[in-house]
Amino acid sequence: MASQDDFRKQIEALRPYLLRFASLQLRDAAAAEDAVQEALVAALAGETSFAGRANLRTWLTGILKHKIVDTIRRQSREPTVAAEADEEGAEIDELFTERGHWAERPAAWGDPDDALEQSQFFRALEMCLERLPVRTARVFMMREHLGAETDEICKELDLTPTHCWVLLYRARMTLRECLQQTWFAK
Amino acid sequence: MKLLSCRETTRLVSQGLDRELDRGERVALRVHFLYCLGCRRASRQMAFLRRAVRMLPEPREESS
Repeated sequence: MASQDDFRKQIEALRPYLLRFASLQLRDAAAAEDAVQEALVAALAGETSFAGRANLRTWLTGILKHKIVDTIRRQSREPTVAAEADEEGAEIDELFTERGHWAERPAAWGDPDDALEQSQFFRALEMCLERLPVRTARVFMMREHLGAETDEICKELDLTPTHCWVLLYRARMTLRECLQQTWFAK
Repeated sequence: MKLLSCRETTRLVSQGLDRELDRGERVALRVHFLYCLGCRRASRQMAFLRRAVRMLPEPREESS
């Protein structure tokens, strides 16, 4: 049906606006994305309730506000420490015991600066970088390769400083482990 | 003073590369390093990682 398609298109056109709105509130790109998605699904399901209202954007923003409040409520119910550990990801969990001790003590790397003389080392490093999740890699490269300050990165990617640090920590620990296995253990 | 686990230590070491640690955090790290070889190594290796990544080819620039 043409009018339904139109409705969908109009809604999609407002997505960037809604994302910006949700990001401002949630300061977390992934959570904002989810909230907007939920709001759009609800909007498409409730098309009839829009009939006759003047402004699509106002109506959608209203739905989105409810979703944002839901998200914030959900987040505040989660204990911070658990959320933090959780966010660090399974790769980090595997490196430590439940009590936070090393599962396996990091090996010595001798004089690692010797590796910096070898072009093959940089190939190994690049391969390890490619294995990182996209967002983790982006934050890490902005910080370490471009030398950006953490607050610039946060602003650019719409992350809280805490979330930035978690991603950087995950990147460093995963890269350390990857280089250990693919380069220094050989 | 609270003693840090290795997980907390490495988390702080990483943050120390991104923000200034406060006095309490720095002391807690030093104490942990006294008895933990694994974390001393991990700390050196994270610093090494920074040096290595800075030596990767320059990101392509828009101009020139």
